[in-house]
Amino acid sequence: MTRSQAFLNWIDERFPLTTLWKEHLSEYYAPKNFNFWYYFGSLALLVLVLQIVTGIFLTMNYKPDATQAFGSVEYIMRDVPAGWLIRYMHSTGASMFFIVVYLHMFRGLLYGSYRKPRELLWVLGVIIYLALMAEAFFGYLLPWGQMSYWGAQVIVNLFGAVPFIGEDLAVWIRGDYVVSDATLNRFFAFHVIAIPLVLLALVVAHIIALHEVGSNNPDGIEIKKTKDPDGRPLDGIPFHPYYTVKDIVGVVVFLAVFSFIIFFMPEVGGYFLEYNNFIPADPLKTPPHIAPVWYFTPYYAMLRAVPAFLGTQFWGVLVMGAAVLIFFLLPWLDRSPVKSIRYKGPYYKIALTLFTISFLVLGWLGTQPTAFLGAIGKTEIAVVLARLFTVVYFAFFLLMPWYSRIDSYKPKPKRVTE
Amino acid sequence: MPDSPVNKRRRYLVAATSAAGGVAVLAAATPFVLSMFPSARARAAGAPVEVDISKVEPGMLIRAEWRSKPVWVLHRTPEMLKTLPELDSVVADPKSEAPMQPDYAKNEYRSIKPEWLVLVGICTHLGCSPTDKLQPGPDSGLGADWKGGFFCPCHGSKFDLAGRVFKDVPAPTNLQVPRYEFLTDTRLRIGEDAKGS
Repeated sequence: MTRSQAFLNWIDERFPLTTLWKEHLSEYYAPKNFNFWYYFGSLALLVLVLQIVTGIFLTMNYKPDATQAFGSVEYIMRDVPAGWLIRYMHSTGASMFFIVVYLHMFRGLLYGSYRKPRELLWVLGVIIYLALMAEAFFGYLLPWGQMSYWGAQVIVNLFGAVPFIGEDLAVWIRGDYVVSDATLNRFFAFHVIAIPLVLLALVVAHIIALHEVGSNNPDGIEIKKTKDPDGRPLDGIPFHPYYTVKDIVGVVVFLAVFSFIIFFMPEVGGYFLEYNNFIPADPLKTPPHIAPVWYFTPYYAMLRAVPAFLGTQFWGVLVMGAAVLIFFLLPWLDRSPVKSIRYKGPYYKIALTLFTISFLVLGWLGTQPTAFLGAIGKTEIAVVLARLFTVVYFAFFLLMPWYSRIDSYKPKPKRVTE
Repeated sequence: MPDSPVNKRRRYLVAATSAAGGVAVLAAATPFVLSMFPSARARAAGAPVEVDISKVEPGMLIRAEWRSKPVWVLHRTPEMLKTLPELDSVVADPKSEAPMQPDYAKNEYRSIKPEWLVLVGICTHLGCSPTDKLQPGPDSGLGADWKGGFFCPCHGSKFDLAGRVFKDVPAPTNLQVPRYEFLTDTRLRIGEDAKGS
């Protein structure tokens, strides 16, 4: 026995290191037919690590104080060595996180990755998505620019629209009658401590759930059903080294894109960093046009599309909340006998296309003022469009039990295709 | 035996202990929930403010700050007051039925003295601060039939010169009139009146 083996044995007798390594990497069998769409899970993990590391270093110079916050961010950008780089990595990372997560979710829609036995895996994923939204929202207040301030004002007031307790609830969230120093301080605490801890725990749970049920694949068939005499899935290959190496290719391409954005276009035309946020927060003056960062705009467009009635704007808030929470129900809405879009019929393909278009159009509408397409009489065209696509968005989910059942389908193969 | 008296007793004790533990957890959460309410300092900053209006000419609007919110004091001209009855049919709540003002401001002008309008300058939709568009006509950017009022740039809500909300805009109610009183003819106290705050 060599010395290193002896050392490993010494550890294994005290901590299941080799067992963990085998269970999750060298003997975790993943389907051999993963394609391009399967990069985004590992990339999400990479961005999470990037955000945590850059976040730690930003915290060393940032001041969560309404009188100093804006200045401290400018200090990081101008005076801290490489501070601009770390800050741009963090701000770009936030947007890239959502790009990667949206593509990761879209993969799930393509190949039915939410279907039995992966319902809990999907549910955990949606909770991660919610936590990520909270993390992004809390973080966006910290630079204390105009958009930070008024964005937070609008979102906190969404809770003010809750009947009866709304006003008190909003005061409780802010810790003041308006968004103020108290609000900034607690948002800092949530952004830096509370949500990251929750996020990390959820990601661990997500991966444990994944490794329990095994990965889905573009054919949407269970590789565990066909095993060799040793109990290994015939269509599976060990995650390490095969997919670790494949994912490194994804990482390299991702980092190339990431670096290009950081070095050549960190604001991405006002989409990753909004121009109004380079003006310090002014509680007495609202910027002429308020829009959240791009990753929230589909829901924001829905919020604006719903008119107030019965003396409350709570309906818009309700629709917006439902648009996010409805993802939870997906595993139980799909009644198709097959998982993957490869074997599903035309109805699902049309539905998914319309859903994707509505998500993108709503996202685009949400970045613009409602008047930007003009009006016919008193009706603003952009509002009508937003209403139309909100209906399409919900129809994708609510009509799914019906269209997925009557849809035609191709028989799925026993083994994965090459 | 699952149903032996000992096991029943044990299950009862486990349930009782869990319930007591649950109550303890809820009680332990109280200080954390309480700590998120406005602090004594924030509440003190919510105290009333006094505003000198002696230098506010007719047609002029000044902004005061109360609870870190903008409060507008508008000195309305007779022409401005004349626009209000003309708009009764296009505003959502012409008679100020919704409780967005103290009783003494529940009148045609939504104010104590017709010429002095006091409003919290926060849109009742989602809390943006509307822009004053006091000048009538097309120069306001709101069309030739605009009679003067306030326009919220966030989501396009419109209000008239008494802070009454127009129909078919996102804001559900009229702008809030805070409690206020005239200490003298030229001095206002905002956030409090003789009856309380």
